[in-house]
Amino acid sequence: MKQLMLGNEAVARGLFEAGCSFVSSYPGTPSTEITECAAQYAEIYAEWAPNEKVAMETAFGAALAGKRSFCGMKHVGLNVAADPLFTISYTGVNAGMVIGVADDPGMHSSQNEQDSRHYAKAAKLPMLEPSNSKEALEFAKIAYDISEEFDTPVFLKMCTRVAHSQSIVETSNRVERSQVEYVKNPSKYIMMPGFAKKRHPIVEERMTKLAEFASTSLLNRWEKGNDNKVGIITVGTCYQYVKEVCGNDVSILKLGMVWPISEKMIKEFAASVEKVIVVEELDGFIEEFCNALGIKTEGKSLFSNIDELSQNKVAKGLGIEYTEGNAVDAVIPNRPPVMCAGCPHRGLYYVLSKLKLNVIGDIGCYTLGAVAPLNAVDSVICMGASVSGVHGFNKANYGKTDGKTVAVIGDSTFMHSGITGLVNISYNDSNSTVIILDNSITGMTGHQHNPTTGFNLKGDPAAKVDIEALCRAIGINSVRVVDPYNIAECETVIKEELAKEEPSVIISRRPCALLKYVKHKSPVMVSADKCKNCKMCMKIGCPAISMVDGKAVIDATLCTGCGVCTQLCKFEAMQEAEK
Amino acid sequence: MSNNTKNIMIVGVGGQGSLLASKLLGRLLLTKGYDVKVSEVHGMSQRGGSVVTYVRFGDAVYSPVIDEGEADFIVSFELLEAARWTRFLKQDGKIITNTQQINPMPVVTGAAEYPAQLVEKMKNDGFNVDAIDALELAENAGSSKAVNLVLMGRLSKYFDFTETEWMTAIEDSVPQKFLEMNKKAFALGANA
Repeated sequence: MKQLMLGNEAVARGLFEAGCSFVSSYPGTPSTEITECAAQYAEIYAEWAPNEKVAMETAFGAALAGKRSFCGMKHVGLNVAADPLFTISYTGVNAGMVIGVADDPGMHSSQNEQDSRHYAKAAKLPMLEPSNSKEALEFAKIAYDISEEFDTPVFLKMCTRVAHSQSIVETSNRVERSQVEYVKNPSKYIMMPGFAKKRHPIVEERMTKLAEFASTSLLNRWEKGNDNKVGIITVGTCYQYVKEVCGNDVSILKLGMVWPISEKMIKEFAASVEKVIVVEELDGFIEEFCNALGIKTEGKSLFSNIDELSQNKVAKGLGIEYTEGNAVDAVIPNRPPVMCAGCPHRGLYYVLSKLKLNVIGDIGCYTLGAVAPLNAVDSVICMGASVSGVHGFNKANYGKTDGKTVAVIGDSTFMHSGITGLVNISYNDSNSTVIILDNSITGMTGHQHNPTTGFNLKGDPAAKVDIEALCRAIGINSVRVVDPYNIAECETVIKEELAKEEPSVIISRRPCALLKYVKHKSPVMVSADKCKNCKMCMKIGCPAISMVDGKAVIDATLCTGCGVCTQLCKFEAMQEAEK
Repeated sequence: MSNNTKNIMIVGVGGQGSLLASKLLGRLLLTKGYDVKVSEVHGMSQRGGSVVTYVRFGDAVYSPVIDEGEADFIVSFELLEAARWTRFLKQDGKIITNTQQINPMPVVTGAAEYPAQLVEKMKNDGFNVDAIDALELAENAGSSKAVNLVLMGRLSKYFDFTETEWMTAIEDSVPQKFLEMNKKAFALGANA
């Protein structure tokens, strides 16, 4: 049946049809929906792991046990999983294993713009890259065949524009796979030096065979053009931009397999045209390969290695005419993402901002505390970096906190990679204060459960990590819980903990206001006659509050009645409608 | 190439319900036998930020996105957002916009001003603008959340798909209990 399918949904469908029966992932935009959609199939066991390293090792364990498995992550998640990655390349698999990784050129929702193709080359693993949903489904299936034929994990590389675009797919039935028998094989699966030394040549041999496979595989497609003046080598979503701009005029070598690249295929293609142009997003990965073969190309000289491409950018690079639009003659203010009305992070951040603390931040919705008017965050690097970072910051100050520096980290991020940082604080004894923003969900990626929520991916009840007990077990004696809607309480507790001569954890606990079970109170009421236009209520950056003709106004459709603004108003102009 | 591809951009503020509009359009266009691509951005931009969805259809659609100067229609859920994306409109393209104004944070904090008279400004600059108070029409239909259906109703005026085809797509896209309200919103938008 023909249907419109999101690229990520199509990957999940491909997993299903290929007989995959095991998925372990950590959410991350733009990869999250692969696992959410896979979980809809009764035939697939799917779970959220606490982080990508655990997910990959788990999926490997399932493949070792003989089930076709998958793990999915965003590009930066692959950094977390890089440790098992480089070694499961040596062991190979038992049943097929596919690793889904989604890049985010243009950084729609990411902290960097890294190009995951380098991992395929570095870890010596094959990588397939689809250019639309139809290919996403097909390539997922082919990836399993390659995985089992060549005894290797296989990358399926997505990017935002393929992952989050719907296009037409045709589905077919699932082919059920019987479990491959697990047979003990120490020299294949125990990677100690003696065995690993014997596996490395096998890996190199495998890459040679995969390059031969690439030269004849239908994954790569040579589309003959109307003339042979220009030949374009391209991949993924860039192929779509090239087709949009050039149609059938030029010869195109579309790589579906981006690693290994067949030398033979590239040389033949280059010899058939007068000039080779490589159209690829981010780094000149394919171009460097061509250049190393002595093939002259144009690529990064025409197309930037920064940001994503588009049809106009491709047209511009190729010197083809395109229309530039005209904008209305007006100054249009930006509309950056903001913390939602009723967001529990807001009250806590207001206190951090008020106390002028240094805040070592982390990855999640609460990164938004960095923007005006709160301006409350000093650094954001990667998952877990807040807890480790505050320790280093304080140790550099002779092990003492300056009384002004804290770490903030969300519940899911703390589970992901904050725990080990906290162990370091305790073990190496820094006087650090870590604030865990426990909103009972993984918020930024769209409400996924995690080990602190008490539910699993399928929504069934699950073991719930007791954050207070965990912190105490690590050796943190001072663990306190505050309600982020209570500004006075937050301020008192933060001041007290910063003054202590020991490490501490403050858990700022209140569920995300967007969770369905969270009941909102009636909107806050403003007594216009009491409002003195002091704009104190504007300091929290709540999208429900604005000033109209010198008076505060509450948007009743947005206000959740959290009451944080009422605590700031010195003139009692803002009142909670109910107690 | 792909000259017959039609481009519709749906723009607005995160949380306004533009995903339902693109879902509805996608279903309709698929049943009409077109090649269709719908692109959206998830994640961070949902949090009250500026959001854009691209809907493209024709015989063969390649790029999943609409670039500057390419949109046949910009359907905007909010006035400032219509103005923000004007550069993406084709020379003879049309802007269908809700006149509702939602202040972005720089305006809320006083760092920037919401430009006045935007509909007039766009018209003066030669843009073809169809502006309606979709929020009021949605409330008349029974819910402020039906702005998306009001705007789809408005858009339907510019296509020769039958009412039955639109109704089928609506039935396939909205929950049964809100069906009548949404159909009413669609009709109000079409006839406003």
